[in-house]
Amino acid sequence: MSACAEPDLREETDLGLVRLTRVSPYLTVGGVVLTGVFLFVAGMGARRLLAPYAPTAMKLTTYECGVDPVGDGWAQTNVRYFLYAFLYVVFAVDAVYLFPWATVIRSADLGMASLAEMGIFIGVLLVGLAHAARRGLLRWV
Amino acid sequence: MSLIVSLAAGAQNGVHAIAPSLASADNPIADFSDTPWWLSLIKALLVFVFLLINTLLVIWFERRVIGRMQQRPGPNRTGPFGLLQTLADGLKLAFKEDLTPKNADKVVFLLAPMIAGAMAFISFSIIPMGPVVSMFGHRTPLQLTDTPVAVLLVLAVAGVGVYGIIMAGWSSGSTYPLLGGLRSTAQVISYEIAMGLSLVAVFLYSGSMSTSQIVASQKSLWFIIPAFFSFLVYVVTMVGETNRLPFDLAEGEGELTGGFHTEYSSMKFAMFFLGEYVNMFTVSALATTMFLGGWQAPPGIAAINDGMFNQGWWGLLWFVIKLWSFMFFFVWLRGSLPRVRYDQFMRFGWKFLIPVTLLWVVSVAFIRGAQLAFFGESTRTATVIVVGVISLIALAAAWLWEGQHEAAAVPAERPEEIDPFAGGYPVPPMPGQRLREPSQQAERSLAGSTGHPELSDQEESRG
Repeated sequence: MSACAEPDLREETDLGLVRLTRVSPYLTVGGVVLTGVFLFVAGMGARRLLAPYAPTAMKLTTYECGVDPVGDGWAQTNVRYFLYAFLYVVFAVDAVYLFPWATVIRSADLGMASLAEMGIFIGVLLVGLAHAARRGLLRWV
Repeated sequence: MSLIVSLAAGAQNGVHAIAPSLASADNPIADFSDTPWWLSLIKALLVFVFLLINTLLVIWFERRVIGRMQQRPGPNRTGPFGLLQTLADGLKLAFKEDLTPKNADKVVFLLAPMIAGAMAFISFSIIPMGPVVSMFGHRTPLQLTDTPVAVLLVLAVAGVGVYGIIMAGWSSGSTYPLLGGLRSTAQVISYEIAMGLSLVAVFLYSGSMSTSQIVASQKSLWFIIPAFFSFLVYVVTMVGETNRLPFDLAEGEGELTGGFHTEYSSMKFAMFFLGEYVNMFTVSALATTMFLGGWQAPPGIAAINDGMFNQGWWGLLWFVIKLWSFMFFFVWLRGSLPRVRYDQFMRFGWKFLIPVTLLWVVSVAFIRGAQLAFFGESTRTATVIVVGVISLIALAAAWLWEGQHEAAAVPAERPEEIDPFAGGYPVPPMPGQRLREPSQQAERSLAGSTGHPELSDQEESRG
């Protein structure tokens, strides 16, 4: 796979200065993130201007459908969520390996070998998933 | 079943047609060389405006369509056809008192809606909404930006968006949001895997992760045909990913009140709401781009007058039509299906969607290998053989699976006639069951309780 040619984003002006004519894609994405954050800040500002603020002790308690809250909010939860997070990492990494392979499979020098290797790789993952299922990790109740 | 085989064979022929159009470059085909930075800025603002207006419209649209499906009018008082209802609701939220519970972790409690709101917009920056158009004297694609790994960016942003949910659930310092946040996170990350895997088939066909490149390689055949199974998986996962009915388990009102946003009010709640609807647009736009040819005109219309309808601003029209068809689909699902149970939902994701999608990826890889002459020079014969073998394996697996289920399914004993009030509270009949005649019940209750005339009246009126 040929290296992606870095597009030339700069252009020399008459004065010999370099100015940015075109924005790098990631800079654009960064700009969108900032605009999104700005939208949130603007919303908060509007709320500060418009909304009343008169907290009472009752209002600030946690919501438990009208009855007084019992115990601490940070309750113990099922450890199964943690195991799902692990499984997620396994398959997310798997996807990271699959994506680049999928885009270069058209290259003629990969051939059958890459197909077989990917088949084995996915097979190993499936065995792992089957093992997790057999040990009852995927059973919810 | 023969339908699948013929579909696959049809897909096969089509794929041969697109093979030559596959460009050898991974780089985006969209040409931004005539796009100065200020035009990028304008386009970024237009993306925000597009999404905000569409969100306002889709909430109104959803309530009206759901109303029609449930035989009631829906909001129709605010503005023409009730169009301003969402705006009024948004304004109302801004006027509400914003409470941060005493138990909450203040910083994280504020960060969570910011992540949920801001992250939702990012993915749309790489969605191609149209071909090259003239804007303020420059020729620029109707797309904010594109990178060689654009689709990966969408998945990454979806992954970061999950932080909004988990942080909101944890920082509230309350049991319901904590449980709702955990549930929701587990749901979203589980379905994200299947979503990412379903897209691999598209990458195999397009040879690129750049969205403009993917749209360009669908010029003669939309990927919904060769990657039809991926499309089905994607549609299921996109509903799971956006927490929409029938998969809106995070806010099972009966169990968790509002789920992770129970403690949120005012604008912070509005941010979650906005994020959810913008996410719906994002996943729909990605589905349009990956499977339905993006901004390209439907086949037939595309051929009129030498591709006239595939040029300039026409692209935006087709894109919006496809996008809103998905929106209607979301609403239709909500109007038709009840919520699934959480364990069923997770079982479906992990035990069916993920392994089957992985196998599908391997199958598509072999089909692509056959087309790329991995198995010899006669690509057409090799492809037909590979598709045939895969279809046979799929058929055999389906047959085995069905046989197993038939053996496992024992018909339950059901009485012909039930008394709906036998257990003390009303129970609906199962299909094929009759309800006991109300007159018999009335007689029994009359005979049993002489001192309660109003009770027997009630029994009568039930019948």
